[in-house]
Amino acid sequence: MTHQVSSPTRFTTGLSVRDGRDPALNQAPKAVKIDVEHLSFFYGVKRALEDISLQIQANLVTAFIGPSGCGKSTFLRTLNRMNDIIPGARIEGHVRIDGLDAYASGVDVVKLRRKVGMVFQKSNPFPKTIFENVAYGLRINGLAASKSELAGRVEESLKQAALWGEVKDRLHESALAMSGGQQQRLCIARALAIRPDIILMDEPASALDPIATQRIEELVYDLKQAYTIVIVTHNMQQAARISDHTAFFWLGRLVEYDRTDKIFTNPSEKLTEDYVTGRFG
Amino acid sequence: MRDLPFRIIVGAFGCVLALLVLAIGVELTRQSWLSIQKFGFHFWTTDTWDPVAGQFGALPFIWGTLYSSLLALAIAAPVALGIAIFVSELCPAWLQTPLVFLTELLAAIPSIVYGLWGIFVLVPAIRALEIWMPEPLRAIPLLSGPPLGVGMLAAGVILAVMIVPFTSAVAREVLQTVPAAQREGAYALGATRFEAIRAALFYARTGIIGSIMLGFGRALGETMAVTMVIGNNPQVSASLFAPQYTMAAVVANEFTEASDELYLHALVEIGLVLFVITLVVNAGSRLLIWGLGRSGRTRPSRVADVEASAA
Ligand SMILES: Nc1ncnc2c1ncn2[C@@H]1O[C@H](COP(=O)(O)OP(=O)(O)OP(=O)(O)O)[C@@H](O)[C@H]1O
Ligand SMILES: [Mg+2]
Repeated sequence: MTHQVSSPTRFTTGLSVRDGRDPALNQAPKAVKIDVEHLSFFYGVKRALEDISLQIQANLVTAFIGPSGCGKSTFLRTLNRMNDIIPGARIEGHVRIDGLDAYASGVDVVKLRRKVGMVFQKSNPFPKTIFENVAYGLRINGLAASKSELAGRVEESLKQAALWGEVKDRLHESALAMSGGQQQRLCIARALAIRPDIILMDEPASALDPIATQRIEELVYDLKQAYTIVIVTHNMQQAARISDHTAFFWLGRLVEYDRTDKIFTNPSEKLTEDYVTGRFG
Repeated sequence: MRDLPFRIIVGAFGCVLALLVLAIGVELTRQSWLSIQKFGFHFWTTDTWDPVAGQFGALPFIWGTLYSSLLALAIAAPVALGIAIFVSELCPAWLQTPLVFLTELLAAIPSIVYGLWGIFVLVPAIRALEIWMPEPLRAIPLLSGPPLGVGMLAAGVILAVMIVPFTSAVAREVLQTVPAAQREGAYALGATRFEAIRAALFYARTGIIGSIMLGFGRALGETMAVTMVIGNNPQVSASLFAPQYTMAAVVANEFTEASDELYLHALVEIGLVLFVITLVVNAGSRLLIWGLGRSGRTRPSRVADVEASAA
């Protein structure tokens, strides 16, 4: 079965958890950015994902929810081929990004990862200065021709990640001296610097306090104007607050994928309902 | 405080260690007092070593020790690093365990065995190289001297062979402690495998420098294998092919022959000099590591974040 988010007309009707605050929900459907078809994933002989098909639309926030160990991270990491570096991992099926098969032979993984950025659960800045952290991706990919261009793009990325004001006077201090929330926003800035189309976020706020979490959520909301965002979260309120579409995973399978308001107020599957109402999990 | 007894015990062990270092220093000084009195600081800078005339200067030995150790380091560091990177980052999983085992085995071989290998394999090979060396090249001070085989190059190479297993083992362990998140962070930004390895090396840089310095420390004190191949000739020479001498080697070789009091004290003072140099090298590498480490310390507080949000 291919999960597709319901027809365009349904975007204008039905409940919105955001009270229509989000214009995206009222517009015609956007282009399909990521198209996953019959994807199965194996760690050695252990099957972690089973026949998953879904389409993720451009310039929306798509949330993955589900109990621990259900394969959310694994699935997310198949989208930028981050699982390639795990020995013994194997994949079946197709992932198409802008219509191009990400796993076709001859695909340049480096280019793919440049297009599909990623932010991790635990912030992982390099032990370098704030500036050098953001500049890293630009440097290794040769994306800035001059020093001033490099500095310009670093500034732009830090502004996009709502961090510029806090760090502009200490760009050349160690990134590790920042707070956890700042480090995570730095990692977002670092990912933005190479101008990806898609940003994958794996529980980006799970290690943060409520205030830092709120800042990340606001950031996600702002970023979706320009990016397609896929976010894994354990926090159901968070999924409801920030996402347009939600996919519910359970035991390596995709149980339901629909508009977020539908998933949280009127899910089609009993399993989804049990999960979002906290009856298990 | 409930943990007071624990702190006292641990503190006592710490003090014992400090006392031990101090006691060694004091004893070495006491046993070399005649020489210290007679030669003073000139002992460090004089290059005559003439037991018959009662003239003692440590310069050739200090020179020989530092030269051979630095030479060993220059050869061993890239090789050890290469092995560490290969084992921890590049080699297939099935090869990893045998390779680790092999390096550990090499580290366990007694130095006399390395010395024998040096005499029977390395020295003849270097002699052949020296004989083959064309005349114009021999005019260079670095390569001058008669083709003896024994000499600085042989000592440097054998020291390198001896410190590679140890240094690479420590460097490998350091690399393996680099969190996977660092490499993944690099990959996610479009890093190639080579660039991801560089990111891991950068993260581990202090530990890697530490592993190299530890190797250097070992080379400084190594005695047996070096004395078997270095030629044991107290002279200050820039040539790789010249037979020279090291501090540890001269103490080991001449201690039993030291016929008079001053000679004995001069030898002990060489031990003292070696002790001081080793301490300085180790303290220096510690400071280096701390200095680098400071720039990468995590600050625990979240205050700034909260302040920023409140603003
Ligand atoms: N590197 C790995 N090797 C083998 N098995 C793995 C590996 N990573 C994950 N798994 C297994 O794959 C399954 C899915 O894991 P995954 O991390 O994708 O779950 P998740 O939904 O992200 O869980 P969580 O919410 O706890 O992060 C789990 O059973 C896990 O044990
Ligand atoms: Mg996960």
